[in-house]
This record gives sequence, C-alpha cells and structure tokens, in this order.
Amino acid sequence: MPTGTVIAIIVLVLVVVIVLWAVMTYNRLIGKRVDCDNAWSQIDVQLKRRYDLIPNLVETVKGYATHERETLEAVIQARQQAINVTSDAMHAAEKANAENQLTGALSRLFAVSEQYPDLKANDNFARLQEELASTENRIGFARQHFNDSVGRYEQSRMVFPASIIAGMFNFGQREYFTLEETAQREAPKVSFS
Amino acid sequence: MSNTGSNDPLGPIRGPKGEQGPIPVPGEGKPLPIPGIPGMPGSQGAGEKPQKPRPAQRPARKPGPGESDSAFDQRVRERIKAYPGTITYNDLIRKSKRDSAILIVLMILLAAVFGASIGVIVSVVFGHAGDYAHSYMTGTTHRPADPKFDTATGGSSFDVFGSIAPILPAMLIGGLVGLLVGGGASVWSFYGGANAILRMTHARRISKDDDPVLFNVCEEMAIAGGLPMPKIYIIDDDSLNAFATGRDPEHGVVAITRGLRAKLTRDELQGVMAHELAHIRHYDIRFSMLMATMVGLIVIVSDGFLRAMFYSGAGHRGGARVSTPGGGGGGGGRGGGAAIAVIFVIAIILAILSPIIARLLQMAYSRQREYLADAGAVELTRNPQGLASALSTLACDRAPQKETANRGTAHMYIVNPLKKMRSSGQRKSSAFSSHPPIDDRIARLLALLR
Repeated sequence: MPTGTVIAIIVLVLVVVIVLWAVMTYNRLIGKRVDCDNAWSQIDVQLKRRYDLIPNLVETVKGYATHERETLEAVIQARQQAINVTSDAMHAAEKANAENQLTGALSRLFAVSEQYPDLKANDNFARLQEELASTENRIGFARQHFNDSVGRYEQSRMVFPASIIAGMFNFGQREYFTLEETAQREAPKVSFS
Repeated sequence: MSNTGSNDPLGPIRGPKGEQGPIPVPGEGKPLPIPGIPGMPGSQGAGEKPQKPRPAQRPARKPGPGESDSAFDQRVRERIKAYPGTITYNDLIRKSKRDSAILIVLMILLAAVFGASIGVIVSVVFGHAGDYAHSYMTGTTHRPADPKFDTATGGSSFDVFGSIAPILPAMLIGGLVGLLVGGGASVWSFYGGANAILRMTHARRISKDDDPVLFNVCEEMAIAGGLPMPKIYIIDDDSLNAFATGRDPEHGVVAITRGLRAKLTRDELQGVMAHELAHIRHYDIRFSMLMATMVGLIVIVSDGFLRAMFYSGAGHRGGARVSTPGGGGGGGGRGGGAAIAVIFVIAIILAILSPIIARLLQMAYSRQREYLADAGAVELTRNPQGLASALSTLACDRAPQKETANRGTAHMYIVNPLKKMRSSGQRKSSAFSSHPPIDDRIARLLALLR
C-alpha cells in the first residue's frame, strides 16, 4: 500500500474519532443542562404544592382556632406574596425571601395550633401538618438536587477536553441556588408571645 | 395499613425541621459530637464537607440484649479511625464504584476462563483430543479414529500451538459460549426476576393512604435523587429489614418489613429509604442479578460437566477408542499429548475452583454495593446519622427472617436477613458474606460526621 493511502486512512480515522467524540460530548452537555432545568422546575413543583395545601389548612384551622385571625391572615398574605414573585433565575433571591416569609408564617400557625387540643386531634389537620412538613423537606431536597445537577453540569463543562466543546457551543455557566444573606439561612423566628 | 407502632407517626416530624434545610452550604458543616459514642472526639478534621449534618435525634446505638454497648462502641470507634478525617461521601462513592467495576471485569474474565476449561474438558473427554492425552498418559501411541481430524492437525503438531490445536477450537468456542450464555441469561433475568422476589416475600403493595409518612419520606428521597417515585411494598414480617428491586429507576420497587417500619423514627426511615433508592439509582439490582445469574450458571455447568466427565469419561476410557491401536501417530502425537494432558489437568482444576471463585467475587461485589448504597444514601439525605442510627437498630435485631427470605434473595436486603448479629458473630468479615460487617458500615457513616 502506498504511503499516501496509509496517511489518508489514518487521518480519516482520526477525523471520524474526533467527530464522534465531539458529538457525544455535546450530547452529554445538553443532557446535563436539561437535568439542571428539570431540577429547577422541580423546585417550582414543590413550591406550588405548598401553595395548594395552604387554603385547605386555613379552612381547617378556622373552624377550631377562632381567635387566631391575625396568624391566619399572615399566612394567606405570605402565600399570595410568594405566588406573585416570578420564579426564574433573575428573581431567585426575591423568591427565596418570599418563601421564607411563608415558612415563618406557617411555623407561627402551627405553634399557636398547639393551644387547641380539638384541632390537634383532628385527622385532617394532622394529615395537612404532615403534608406541609414533608413539603418543606421536598423543597429543600429539590434545591439540593438542583445544586447537585448544577455541580455535575459545571464539572463536565469545565474539565479539559470537553471544555473546548463547551466553549464552541456556548455552554454558559449555571448559578447554584444559594441563600445570600445569613438572615435567610437562619430559621424563621417563632414567637410564642 | 395504618401507621403501626406505639409512637405517634407525626411525632418525629415536629422537630426543628425548618431550620435545617438539606441545602448543602459548603463550609457550614460544623463537626458534631457523636451522641451514641461516648468520649468520641467531636471536633477534629473539620475539613470542608459537602454535607451539612443535622443533629441527631437519637443516639447512634440503642442498647440491645447480649453484647455490651461499650464493646460495640469501642469497635465502631476503632473502625472510624481507619478513615481519614476529611473523608466525604463522594470519596466513598468513588472508591466503591471503582472496586465494583474491577470485580465485574474479573467475573467476566472468570466466565471466559471457565468456558475455555469446559471446552477443553469436553474436547478431551468426548472428542478425539482425548486420544492424544491418553496416549501420553499410558505411554502408547494412538491414532485418532477419525481421518478428518487427522488431516486437520497432523501437519503442524510439532510446535506448541500445533500440539494443542486439537483442543484450541473447543477452548475458544467454550469461552465464547460461556460469555454468550451468561449474557443471555442475564438479559432474561432482568425482565423476569424483579417480580419473583416480591412474590417470594409475600410483599404487598401499599398506596399513599395506607401510610402517608412512609410515602412522603420516600418521595422526598426520590426528589433528592431526581428519580421517579418507586412503588412501595410492605412485607408482613416482624423482623427488621428492607430491600429494593426493579431493573431500572422507572421500575423501582422498595419494600420494607412491617417490623422495621414500626420501629424507626422519621430520620432513620429516611436513611433506610435513601439507601434503597441509592441501590435503584446505581442500577445495583441489574448488576447483582447479572452476577447471580453468572454464578448460578457456572455452578450448574461445572457440576454437570464434572459429573459427566467422571461417569461417561470413565466408561469412554475403557471403551473401544482407547484400545484402538495406532500405527503412525509419531512423535507429534506424543508431544501434543503432553501439552494437552497438562492443559486438561489445569482445566479440571479450574472447572472445580470456578464456582468457588465466582461466589467469592459475587459476595465481594455485593459488599461493595452495600457500601456504595450507604454512601449514596448520605448523598441524598446529607445526614449520615439517620442511617447510622437505623443500622444500629438493625444490628440489635437478632430474629432471623426465615419465612420470607432465603439464600437466593439474601443479598438484596439492607442487612443479611439470615445471619443476624450474634453476640460476636457479625464481627468477622467473611469473604463469603453478602453484607459488610454492620459495625464497619456504621463507622464509615460516622466517619463522615467528623
């Protein structure tokens, strides 16, 4: 076989290998980016789940805790405010803040409900309390999963050979979900006064 | 099913849940003193850890009958020291993944070697190659009865490859068949196996209304892992255990015994569910079924062929072919006979040893996957304490789960359902046990808390 043909074959094989690698890397990056988007929308799903549970809770509590009008109003208001904030990357901090207000209002509601034995004995209330507590956890775990997904995406975006593809096709940086101010990181204060 | 157990099912949830979101905040994970282990140095190796452990709601060890607490704690404490202070669940996950990948490769190699050995045995005992070997062993020269065979090898029988040429095709075919049959059986077991275990354990599927807390805990973990919600089954057994099955996350099934469900707090339940979901997430069911199928095949085939060799082989030897006098085999026949005889003996040894080696590999693999699922559970919960505490509850339970578990399904459970911890039994880590020693598992988890 002439040398020219050998070289041509080697070059051809190399080109095919590189193209295959590039396609696979591109697809992997796309997959991880979609994972991030999915994970982000999962947070919204869980937040919405909480919005949907609250009216039910308020109705149940109303029947028993007749003197807690203010606390109930606060929950309803915090819920409305949280719904009103758009949920996208731009308003992440604002949204987190509103959600935290809602968490605080809910904690106060559960705190005062301790004073009503009839309410505590109500099956529906117990169920709602479990669902809301679980939803708090779900929100937390959904955020954790989002951060894990962003971490995986960022890693595959930045490691060496893949970073070439990422640069060529504009795989931009994704932000982690963080609670910026330390105040937000702390638990909402529950006042028993 | 209602919430079993004496404690209020909503009890554990009213704890200070809101203040410890599971969001990882790097650098925030302050080392905690470990409550279950008295005198445990709580503040060392405060390296940056991706998890933020929540404070424990219960000590890691509950007093159990038999063994004294201090001895168990002492052992756990000793084992914790074996792990570096800065270890994270990611390190543990990487280590287990690497080790189990090596074990899978070894298993595939074993299947190929075993297939080759069987090929040799078949060709020697049932084929014409045996004439060469026998001629060497008896010191006489035989000529194969089949002329076709003679022409195929006659010319090249002086070099080494030529001398074993009669058994070479059988060796290769055997190796290939070993791989193909193993692969085919594994594929078959994927699709059929998942439901078999559920039937065997009399597990019964429950819906959310039967046990909302269990469902919620499980769904929280599914969210943390980005997995679809698995089906949940309850095993009507008072012993303490849980398992996961299903060939991929879309077909995930998590089962827990009634006894364990009733005994755990919410945090512990979360740890157990996270462990099971980690099995699903890592496709452990698929791989352990593959391993089990390969081991099963090797055992059956080895048993069958060794028997066949002894009975029919013995008759064969005494039969017509051995006494066939050969005229012109010559030196080539003799040299080939020596090589074939040696390979034949090695093949028999390998065929005898293969089932044992296969089982050793399978068990080593199973232990690695348990470690991996433990580390993967921490990846989901970020709370090593919950699972550690659940494991020590499991360690105390000594009633073996006889009715709903057997050796075939033992490896699927969170702890071995047949061999429960005896006063000192669990300590020794046998190469044949499907699960790592429970104190080492707890130690690994607690090492993450430092």
